[in-house]
Formats: sequence, C-alpha cells, structure tokens
Amino acid sequence: MIWEESIWTIKLAYTLFSIIGEFFVNNELSVNFRKESTLYQEVLQMGRFILKRVVYMVITLFIIASITFFLMKILPGSPLSAENKLSEEQQEIVLEKYGLNDPVPIQYVNYLAGLVQGDLGLSFHFDSTPVTDILANRVGPSAILGAESLIVGVILGVLLGLIAAIFHNGVLDFTSTIIAVLGTSIPSFVFAGLLQYVFAVQLGWFPVALWKGGLEYHVLPVIALMIFPMAISARFTRTEMLEVLGSDYITTARAKGVTQAGIVFKHGLRNALIPLITVIGPMAVSLITGTLVIEQIFAIPGIGEQFVNSVMVNDYPTIMGTTLFYSVLFVVIILIIDLLYGIIDPRIRLSGGEK
Amino acid sequence: MDKLLDVKDLKVSFNTFSGEVQAVRGVSFDVNKGETLAIVGESGSGKSVTTKALMQLLPKPQGFIKDGQILLEGEDIVQKSEKEMQKLRGQDISMIFQDPMTSLNPTMKVGTQIMEPLIKHQKMSRAKAKERAIELLELVGIPDASTRITQYPHQFSGGMRQRVVIAIALACDPKLLIADEPTTALDVTIQAQILELMKDIQRKTESSIIFITHDLGVVANVADRVAVMYAGKIVEIGTADEIFYNPKHPYTWGLLGSMPTLDNDGYDLIAIPGSPPDMTDPPKGDAFAPRNEYALKIDEELEPPLFKVSDTHYAATWLLHEDAPKIEPPESVKRRMQGIANTGTAPGVAKDGEK
Repeated sequence: MIWEESIWTIKLAYTLFSIIGEFFVNNELSVNFRKESTLYQEVLQMGRFILKRVVYMVITLFIIASITFFLMKILPGSPLSAENKLSEEQQEIVLEKYGLNDPVPIQYVNYLAGLVQGDLGLSFHFDSTPVTDILANRVGPSAILGAESLIVGVILGVLLGLIAAIFHNGVLDFTSTIIAVLGTSIPSFVFAGLLQYVFAVQLGWFPVALWKGGLEYHVLPVIALMIFPMAISARFTRTEMLEVLGSDYITTARAKGVTQAGIVFKHGLRNALIPLITVIGPMAVSLITGTLVIEQIFAIPGIGEQFVNSVMVNDYPTIMGTTLFYSVLFVVIILIIDLLYGIIDPRIRLSGGEK
Repeated sequence: MDKLLDVKDLKVSFNTFSGEVQAVRGVSFDVNKGETLAIVGESGSGKSVTTKALMQLLPKPQGFIKDGQILLEGEDIVQKSEKEMQKLRGQDISMIFQDPMTSLNPTMKVGTQIMEPLIKHQKMSRAKAKERAIELLELVGIPDASTRITQYPHQFSGGMRQRVVIAIALACDPKLLIADEPTTALDVTIQAQILELMKDIQRKTESSIIFITHDLGVVANVADRVAVMYAGKIVEIGTADEIFYNPKHPYTWGLLGSMPTLDNDGYDLIAIPGSPPDMTDPPKGDAFAPRNEYALKIDEELEPPLFKVSDTHYAATWLLHEDAPKIEPPESVKRRMQGIANTGTAPGVAKDGEK
C-alpha cells in the first residue's frame, strides 16, 4: 500500500513537472524566446536533467532505507538490553509504545509511512524527542565544520598542487609532495591530538575542545579535518596540471605570446580542475565520516557524535534517521558535482542533459 | 628581394638521460618576404625542432639552442629574454600546429581564443577584438561566424578547427607564419581545402610562410623554395622547380622515388632502406652514407659541404665534387620527374613555373 503510494507520488510529481515542461515548450509566447535563447535551452535541459536525477535519488534513498531497516533488525541486542533496571511489565509497556512488538514487516511499513510524511519517529533515548528535532539541533556544527574544512582544504590543496606543478622537480615541488603524502597517510585523529597538544595545551592559542560559538573553536577541528582533502587535491592538481601544461593547446597559447601567469591560470587551471571534481565527492563523504571521530575528540555536539552514541544504545529511529540524513547528503553532493562538471567542462554540458 | 628571416648555423640540442641529442646540427637558410619555404624530411630529421627554436618554444629545460643566430629583420632573437619573446610570439611570428583536435583549449570559447592575441598585442578593446575575430573566422571560411565564436572547440569538425587555428595564427598579421605539418592530421579532401586556404591567405596578407611537411605532394602545391633536411642538417635547398626537376642529393632522389603518383604503373615505389642515425652520437662522415647506395669512400670520413649547383640551388653531397663519378638519378626517379612535368599531377609546380 505504502509502496504504491510512494510510487504514485513519484509519478504524480513527474507528470506535473512534465506538464509544466510541456507548457514551456509548446506555449506560443515562448517559441521566439526559445528559438533565440541558447540559455533557455540550457536551462530547460538542466531542468530535465535535475528532475530525472531527483527521481533516481528518491529510489536510491528508498533502497537505502529498506536495507538499513532490515540490517538493524538482524543486529543482536535490543534497545532495552542496557536497561536492566526496568521490570518485565515496564519493558512490555515501552515495547508496546514504540511498536516494537509488531511483526517486522508491519514495523517496516509503518516506518516508511512515517518517512513519506517526513516523520523519522521518536528517539528511544533523549527523552523521546523526535529524531528530526535531534538532527536539526545537531546538524549545524557538523555542516559548518564539514563545509569549512572542504573549502579551505580544496583551495589550499589546489594552490599547493599548482606551486608543485609550476616548480616541477624543484624544492617547492618536493615540499608540497611530502605534505601531500603525510596528509593522505596520517589519519585525522592523530593530527587532532597533535594539534590539541601543541596549539592548545602548550601554546594556549586555541581552546582544547568544546563548541561555544566563537571562531577560535573552529580552528583546530577544521585544520585536523582539512588535511586529507588538502593532500588529495594537491596531488590531483599537481598531476593534472603537469599533464595539461604539456598538452598541445598550451603550446598554442604560448605561441600566441600568452604570459606564464596566463598559461597557468587562464588556460591550465580550468582544464586541470575537471578531474579534481570527481574526487571531491568521495572527499566530502570521507569528511562526513571524518567528523564522527573529530567531533568526539573535540567534544563538538554534531551529528557524528550523536550517531556514535545512538549505535551504542540501539536507538533504532536515530540510527535510521542519521543514516538517511547522510544518504541524502551523499546523493545531493553527487548531483551537485555532476552539475559542476557541466559548468566547468563545456563538453559535458550538452551531452549531460540529453532528452 | 628583402630577407625577412636569416638563420645562421643554428644548432639545437636536447639533454636526455642517454646524453645530448643533437637534433639540429648547424642549419642555415633564409626566408624572403612573401615567400613560402618548405622544409621537408622524414620523422626525426629536425624540421619541427628547427621551427620550435625559431619561436623559442623548445620544451624546457631539456631543449636549448646551442649555437647560431636567428635574425628576424636583422635582429637576433636567440638573445631575447622570455618576456621579449612573449611580445614577439603571435605578433611577428605565429604558428599553426599539426593536430587541430588537440591544439585548441577545450574549455575556452573559440572567440576568446582568437581574441586573446589581439587584446594582448594590439591592445584592442574586447568589443573591437570580437569584431576582428568574426572577420578572421570569415576570412578562413567559417560560415555563420558571429554564432561560431561563442562556441567551444568540440562543436567544430577537424577541418573547421584547423581553420580556427589558422585564424588565431593570422590574428595579428604576423610577418612570418610557421605551419608545422598543418594537414597531416586531416583527411585528404580537407587537406586540399586547407592548402588552398593558406595559399589564398598568403596572396592576401603577403606574409612569409615556413611550411614543414614530409609530404612532397603538399610541397609541390605550396612552396616557392624547398629545403630538404636529414639528420639535423639541410642536405639540399633550392627553388621548388630545382628540387623537383633537377634534384642532386641521393636523399632527395629517395624522397622523390618514394612519392606515390597516379601514373606509376610498372614502376616500384622505392623505400629508402634503413633508418636515420642515432643523434646522440652522429656519424663522423655523411650521416646519410649508410643508407645511400651511391655513397663514396669519402662519405664515411668527411662530411660533404654544400656544393653550389646554381645561385639558388645547393646540395651537400660529394657526388657534386669535380673528382666524383658522374651519377645520374635512378630511372624511376627520372620517370617520376618527367611524370610531374608531363601530366601536371602536381599543379603547384606548374603554377610556380609560370611565375
């Protein structure tokens, strides 16, 4: 029933969008505009592309939700296994309240029904707060940390890689390669400990941990988290830039009299960045998992810390909710990356939105 | 006629792991204003390196000009700094490359790529440069130029891209245009169109062209004078007529003999046996001697100087020495020479003869 319902919803949405699309395509008023504007064509193609991808995303999320749900049920232990203080009757009441006595398929259907309505259920712990509230309260610090470290890391990494490529085989090249190798091979929590010891304990420049709003609380966790994306992007930028600098169109540009700076930034960078976009996806994901540990170390009240705690106590709705949240984040990031491709690489722009 | 370019005893080497490769070993030639000089030779003969040296586009840091002078309108450009060369490239000398599929920047609009040298060298405003870019595209025969300049290279076919490359090279009305095998990567019908276009443009702009190729058919079509290169040296240089009707060097005979014609029934296509010498350790005598069936004893000991055949025609072979046995070119080459003269399979030669 629920399955049909959600399929129906998808169909409805798709039809609606198609009708709107058709309206734009066939409306006489828009014909002239459409003929003249390649921008219009591009936006329309982009719209279709996004719509298609959103439908795929919903299907993906449904599959993830189902798999997580059943996996969780297979796991040993129950939400009450840690609570030996409760009498059997009390336990019975609790199980009844959360619907845990129902057969698993019923629970599954009920869960999906709630999910479609945007209800992730009530947490078994934390005073029975709705999971959506828990996520909403905790998403802030994680999102800020993740975004900051991704942006800072990628920018620094690209710069490092560029320097390495321009001074190929020079001292700066070796330095930046060493930084990149260290960054990829040393886990972020080792850096976190080191940073805390040196900059917080010894020098006292930044707070050791906690999250109280000030920017000084961001510095150490962001540095710890950005090392990995920085190292990866430095390595990629260096390799790609060297390849690009050796390519024929760079010789063409030099034959036109373009300066070294123009060669690197105007002609080289954009072409060198295309492959980097591919790795930003996995990098963003690894940042998400990276925050799990870093949030513990720096005692930051983010989703990661929440996730670890809820797994410890078999808090089913919270585990489900967090997993789904991560999944949504992941598929959205991938969609954004695909769109970014189109913006940076004109060759993909046309083929990406085919009918 | 006025001399535009005068190359004196140019030597270019590459440092490699196996030692110094002497790619060009003392090459002298000149190019008059409005003239087309073809440089012919097999792969590795140093023809491309010679022209890369003219623009100082040798791959750094391995490639370097070891010795010699390159006088452009009397000014030695070997001594110029990178900054001064940047002003020269695209402005006074420009270059058309071999493979149009890779010699345009894939992520930059075609118009921007044409406008780049205009804005840099002629200090044009963007609007003015855009106008000129459209003019240039029309000049090289691309229809609908005002739309085409907003497109990217992948939206052009191979022949069209080569036209764009030519438009870029022509942008600043260069005094010298270097075409490095501009038709090699194109199919035969497009080759003919591009050659026709280049001849047409030369008639309009009166610039000098250095045309590098290994295709003697192409040479017959475009060249006023021909320089034949072998193992980093010019072995024969003369007007197109002299090279085609009165070749003196056995290597030129070999090249002519290996050129397929439409009416060569009954005559074998001759291949030159062996392969070019190792340029890390060039032979002491005539580099072509091991592959030359007419080689004399002296060829193994002493390098032949350039013997004067006529005021415009020189060849480096001991066969021209007064003591040497008189040797006629092989029968098949003679037939081929006659074939060119009688049937006019190489129309360019006939035309040049009329001049």
